Amino acid sequence: MTGAISRRGFSLYLGAGVVGALAAGYSRHGSAAETITVLNWQGYGTDEAWALKLFAEKTGITVRHDYFNSEPEMQTKLRTNPGAYDVVLINSARTRSIAADGLIDPISLDAVPNAGQLAPALRDHLNLVEDGKHYGVAWLWGMNSLAVRQGTVSNADSLALLSDPTWHNRVALFDDAVTEIGVGALLTGQDINAPKDLAVIGAKLKSMKPNVKLLWSSESEFNKAFSAGAFDVAIYWSGASARAQTRYHLPIEFIVPKEGAIGWLDGLSVPSAAKNKAGALKFISFMIDPEFYVQWAASAGAAASANAAAMAKLPADNAIKRIHKPEYLERLQFMSMLPDDRRQAFVDLWSEVKAFYAT
Amino acid sequence: MPPDGVARPRLPPPAPATAGLLAPAYLWMALAVFLPLAAMFYFSLLDRAPFGNRPAAFTLENYLAFVRRPYLLRVAWTSVSLGLWTTALCALLGWPAALALARAVGGRTRGALFLLVVLPFWTNGLVRIFSWTMVLSQGGLLDRVVRLVLPGAHPGEILYSYPAIVIGLVHAYLPYMVLTSYVSIAGIDPAIMEAARSLGARLPVLFAKVLLPLSLPGLASGAVLIFVPVLGSFMEPRILGGRVGVTMGTVIEDQFTQAFNWPLGAALSFTMLALVLAMFGLLSTATRLRGTT
Repeated sequence: MTGAISRRGFSLYLGAGVVGALAAGYSRHGSAAETITVLNWQGYGTDEAWALKLFAEKTGITVRHDYFNSEPEMQTKLRTNPGAYDVVLINSARTRSIAADGLIDPISLDAVPNAGQLAPALRDHLNLVEDGKHYGVAWLWGMNSLAVRQGTVSNADSLALLSDPTWHNRVALFDDAVTEIGVGALLTGQDINAPKDLAVIGAKLKSMKPNVKLLWSSESEFNKAFSAGAFDVAIYWSGASARAQTRYHLPIEFIVPKEGAIGWLDGLSVPSAAKNKAGALKFISFMIDPEFYVQWAASAGAAASANAAAMAKLPADNAIKRIHKPEYLERLQFMSMLPDDRRQAFVDLWSEVKAFYAT
Repeated sequence: MPPDGVARPRLPPPAPATAGLLAPAYLWMALAVFLPLAAMFYFSLLDRAPFGNRPAAFTLENYLAFVRRPYLLRVAWTSVSLGLWTTALCALLGWPAALALARAVGGRTRGALFLLVVLPFWTNGLVRIFSWTMVLSQGGLLDRVVRLVLPGAHPGEILYSYPAIVIGLVHAYLPYMVLTSYVSIAGIDPAIMEAARSLGARLPVLFAKVLLPLSLPGLASGAVLIFVPVLGSFMEPRILGGRVGVTMGTVIEDQFTQAFNWPLGAALSFTMLALVLAMFGLLSTATRLRGTT
């Protein structure tokens, strides 16, 4: 063809090109590269590169991620971006309230092949079940409890350490209302989910003021400050303690004291607006597969699996196995759903305690 | 527009042209600023976040936050004092730098120095703050340098303290003060300075009677640009402040991220906005009164 293309001709070519490109993109999306999007904490299992490669080899599904930095942020993202996510990690304390908002679907465990291996107590935990239907698949559990610097703090067996004058300016607390009110509840012998006397808890937390040096809000922030020697006694996550030991060789010891500890159970759920629900269930089953869990635990130091078979396969010297001792389970109070007004009361009290710390 | 013609040069352009020039920016501002603000104002009047299946009702309860939670007054004062400290330090550091940039250097040197001033703008805020944690912590950069220069000294830890927050904030906001002060100092006619000198004014007088009053608009706009965002800052207090890093910014952030109480968070934000507007209203009335007497 010689000469200039006429304007109409150009438009035609352009139009054909756009349609062609769209069609090609659509077919690629439709067949070869099936995708799902997972909403989770960053670095919390679902985004391990080797696992995603393995999953893609097995199913042909590509996994994308979006992250949140707090549980309410996750809830905000679910509410404001319908259709954006196929799998979402939800702390089981919130599963039922999110289900009540209609944001996640009930899951038939028959459609999740590996669900049969889950420890029944965790699989059917009241936090995950509403009207006999599961709204989340139990995935990982762990504890929020006392963590101390090995070699500096010895024989720690009580939360009273947090207000012991020996540790003046050497304590780090988790900047999370539910956890810290829970710590106060354990210290005063109350139910962490429904404490009767919040005022006593507030006074107990305020008494820690001379010791409290910082309030951490992310694992990396904790690890940086701990390795810089900023504090010796803290409230920390059990899984993160295992990671700190295996990955960063930090001298950290995780303890469930005599008052007990706060337990949590994380589940994987499928948003009701998800675009690829079948792919989501395949991914959830893969996540509770011992094949994934054992390798993840060995390489990264995860939380404890809700899959009993997976835990059994861990070697005896594994940090997670050592930290998540079976006898601890009896001393745990699991975090459960909080009604809005109680959650607000917890946040208000923690906010007041923090303001007291700051002055 | 004058009745006798349209094409006279150096007159203001006709109204449609002015509107055409202004419209894109102001439409964008209306969309990007006022719509979200209006939505937040609407949220602040509800009793719960209007998401999910549960209905929300109108209430003014959220605006009673300072009455229901008196400890917030202390927190608000922390924010205001952080704003005052940061603004004052930025003025003390920024104004002399602006003077030097406007009067003493030129050409490439000025270009290079300006580049250094705006560098903080080009750094990610979180990276900037976390690098301060490495400098200020015990055994950190500053600690080591002090020990190197003064062996046996124990400077202790600056991180997780009020000064650490102020250091981080001054780092972030100093460029505003340098730039606004520079603009007003550069706009001072050199002839005025020469006239003052020829009339026998020495440096202190020159500073107090000529330079400072004439550069006040720059200082004032710099102060506004710094004070207002510092009032709402939450990253610097949270990461650098440790236990003492509780400000209105972190309280409001907690309402959005921990309590999922958007209405209360929004109401607290608007209360702070009202406080800021009231402060500026008082300030401008005071300056106007001083100007008339």
